[in-house]
Amino acid sequence: MPGTTRGFLGRSRAERDPRLPPGQYDARDDWPVLHAEATPRITTDRWTFTVEGLVDEPTTWTWAQMHALAPSRYAGDIHCVTTWSKLGMTFDGVSVDTLLAAARPQPPATHVVAFSHTGYTTNLPLADVTDGKAWVVWDAEGTALTAEHGGPARLLVPHLYFWKSAKWVAGLRLLDHDDPGFWERNGYHDRGDPWLEQRYRGD
Amino acid sequence: MSSVMPGPPAAPPLPGPPIRWQTARVLAIHDETPRTKTFRLRLPHRTRHMAGQYFVLRLTAPDGYTASRAYSLSSPPEGPDGSTMIDLTVELLDDGEVSTYLHEVVQPGDELEVRGPIGAFFAWDGHGPALLVAGGSGISPLMAMLRLARNTARPDLVRLLVSVRGPGDLYFADELPGPETTVIYTRTAPPGDPRGVGRLTPSDIAPLVRGGETVFVCGSTGFADAATTALLAAGVPTHLIRVERFGPSG
Repeated sequence: MPGTTRGFLGRSRAERDPRLPPGQYDARDDWPVLHAEATPRITTDRWTFTVEGLVDEPTTWTWAQMHALAPSRYAGDIHCVTTWSKLGMTFDGVSVDTLLAAARPQPPATHVVAFSHTGYTTNLPLADVTDGKAWVVWDAEGTALTAEHGGPARLLVPHLYFWKSAKWVAGLRLLDHDDPGFWERNGYHDRGDPWLEQRYRGD
Repeated sequence: MSSVMPGPPAAPPLPGPPIRWQTARVLAIHDETPRTKTFRLRLPHRTRHMAGQYFVLRLTAPDGYTASRAYSLSSPPEGPDGSTMIDLTVELLDDGEVSTYLHEVVQPGDELEVRGPIGAFFAWDGHGPALLVAGGSGISPLMAMLRLARNTARPDLVRLLVSVRGPGDLYFADELPGPETTVIYTRTAPPGDPRGVGRLTPSDIAPLVRGGETVFVCGSTGFADAATTALLAAGVPTHLIRVERFGPSG
């Protein structure tokens, strides 16, 4: 428990939504855009998604092949480490479970690195992208994901801070060890659970 | 894959020690503009930072409620061991829970919890040419870079362009002028400014590009995208452009 700050009372907690993890605020109609590179314009005819590494069947899907897979929707909240959350969002795409079922992870696989068409990377335990916890999505709130928000398609791992939901996602690489990604090498937490406030290294 | 683009550049540092909270003391508060103040803090531990990095500041209410925000350091790194003094430049946001507290309540002598530095990607090490492109409040981390270049007698390494609405919106106005800096105005220009007013265009950027320099862009999402477009038009490769976008943060 940190010491109190002189004269700081904070906003009224009566109106605080229980869906907000500690230290987060409701961004309501705003959807802030935060990434460290120039926004890339990737056309769907050039977009691919690959599952590789410790899998029996390394697999690459084109845009059309990905859309032929069983659709899956996420309806719920997202949380950014910079303290905004958006409540009650809907995203449409495919479950990562569907993609992994085709590629067949090998038993030694424990972690994944998600990589983007920009070169961005982020690391996750395999258990955080399986059993209905992660998606590759191309629609948000019923309309096509814009380039600023990672379109044509991004990873969605909504139970972790949103930097794990790699924009312009190009694939997953399965590993038998953890390999810190872009922000994780720049001081961010390796796992990023918003309910535990795992924002930065050492939290 | 043919669609892979040159991405975030530079080998980032490997994970280091935990980034711990420190209780800093407010030494001084300086008005940059009517809506922006710089808070000079003394840290209990010497801390090394790079120009362009930020700190997180946390406020705690008596019932344990906390609110945290990230603020850029406008102060340059000092000395090989780091510094015990940092400057955080804070814009007052409408309805901003943290910025309103900092602007209206905090006084010199108060204690504030901070931790950092964070963000080694948007950071300049003081070596090699750099072009700094700021929109409004986005100048704060770039000011740390300009100050580093001047402090090390290498102002020739940097060129800084800042876009503001009018003269009253310019931070660090007394310190900024120099042959390596350019100010452009979008709404109101000082009398006699030959450029006049208008948003950033490729013709503002092109004369500043030398080729091969790292470019740091900081501002709103709209500004960052306009600046990036202008830089690409001027021939700067994507992999040399680093962008920090300011979203609403309160």
